[in-house]
Amino acid sequence: MRTFALLVRAGFRRHSTYRLALLAGMTTNSVFGLIRASVLVAAVTAAGTQIGGYDAPKVLAFVWWGQALLGAVNLWGFQEVGDRVRTGDIAIDFLRPLNPQLTYLAGDLGRAGINLILRGAPALLIGALLYDLAAPPGLDSWVLGLVSVVIAVVVAFAASFIVNLLAFWVIEVRGIRLVWMITSGFLCGLYVPIPWFPDWLRTLAQWTPFPAMLQNPLDILSGRVDGGAIWMTLAGQLAWGAVLIVVGQVVLHRGRRRLEVQGG
Amino acid sequence: MVDLTPYRAILRSRIRAQLQYRTSFVTDILGTVGVGLTELAEVWVIFHNVDVLGGLDFTAALLVFALSNICFSIADMVVGHLDQLPTYIRAGTIDAFYVRPLPLLAQFMSSEISLRRIGRLTVAIIVLAIALARAEIAWDTATVVLLILSVLSGTAIFSALFTAAGGLQFFVVDGAEFTNAFTYGGSYAAQQPQRVFPDPLRIFWTFVVPTAFVAYLPAVAILDLPGNVLAPTWLAWCTPLAAVFAWVVAGSCWRAGTRRYQGAGG
Repeated sequence: MRTFALLVRAGFRRHSTYRLALLAGMTTNSVFGLIRASVLVAAVTAAGTQIGGYDAPKVLAFVWWGQALLGAVNLWGFQEVGDRVRTGDIAIDFLRPLNPQLTYLAGDLGRAGINLILRGAPALLIGALLYDLAAPPGLDSWVLGLVSVVIAVVVAFAASFIVNLLAFWVIEVRGIRLVWMITSGFLCGLYVPIPWFPDWLRTLAQWTPFPAMLQNPLDILSGRVDGGAIWMTLAGQLAWGAVLIVVGQVVLHRGRRRLEVQGG
Repeated sequence: MVDLTPYRAILRSRIRAQLQYRTSFVTDILGTVGVGLTELAEVWVIFHNVDVLGGLDFTAALLVFALSNICFSIADMVVGHLDQLPTYIRAGTIDAFYVRPLPLLAQFMSSEISLRRIGRLTVAIIVLAIALARAEIAWDTATVVLLILSVLSGTAIFSALFTAAGGLQFFVVDGAEFTNAFTYGGSYAAQQPQRVFPDPLRIFWTFVVPTAFVAYLPAVAILDLPGNVLAPTWLAWCTPLAAVFAWVVAGSCWRAGTRRYQGAGG
């Protein structure tokens, strides 16, 4: 446990070195936030007062929290682990007295933390200053919303970790990563809220882990989901997190047996 | 007359290189088709909930989407790799470009051509065909000229944004993502019916980063929709002027950036 905490801190510090990059990311997130806020608010106004449970202040909260979480939750996935599998460096990870999945998870949580503070919070602040955002309706929405963000980070990590591990079998996972990036951006609810989807597409999205990576925390933080329903949302997210972590361990175990590293 | 042989040779070799690995190439093309389709899906989902957005119906929105995506994918194919400049700057490999007896910008532009963007371009062209077929357009010479003019100028505007971004990379290196705000952000803004924006943003996307000229203004004129204060119909004909303006700014950014570079000591 102590090691895990140390690794989280190391990830946090590693990514805090690139402050200018964080500031740049924040700026870009804010510009996209301005555009998306204009479009979605115009849509809500055109439809009357609300679409899919989102009125104007809620959809604004959806947009700006979404832009704020974008840096923290690794929606597009990473490639470090896949590259290490391809080059054989993953063997070094296996030699360490720690489970590779948990090691990388710790690093990713640290990365998420610094991104949330230096990249997410300022973007959210800009949104809150410019627009009339719906605040989380109560203390429970704040607390459980942030818990939901942490789970979202874990789900996104665990899923991308599995995609990376496929490199044990197919060597070049770029194609798979590409498909992953394209589907995740859309089905996690980054562009348009999932409740706005046509029925069949919404059902499809809800059967994937993608909403657990962004839509769920956004629902809680924007107040669209409130009261007892929050716990249901969290339970769904936790289930995805647990499934993906376990599947990741199984795939890691199988891959390890398959791994053949050439040379000394 | 400028001798184009070296550029042609480089481009030919880049194209040949990309076609070597067939599976990778096909995967990449399918990838950009996917990117195009998800962007389209975003428009479609919104119009699943509303009939009119910012004064445009679904067909008109498709026209705006198609025009801006066509221009952006061509620009991205030809000069999008200017994005990679920070990598060259950091590694010092950019020095090699400085010592060659050819203009820097021309070298960079011809150093790569991302054929895979053809996927997204194809999606956009199909959407354009659908939008033009569905819309009731009073076709005459002026409409055709305007359509061609806006695709050319729109591509020039996006290329100028990439070039300006490239010039600024020399100043920000680690903050490369800053410039994404107006290259990719500009492309995102260009696909929207501009009337959804509050006035300050509309002025920004029309007269500062002129992406409203890429698709929205021409579409309003082609469909003969009622204009308004910030988008009178005649403004569509100023699209080439907007392109010239964008290139003047881009040229200065590029010159400032490349002159500032002092070498990596390699």
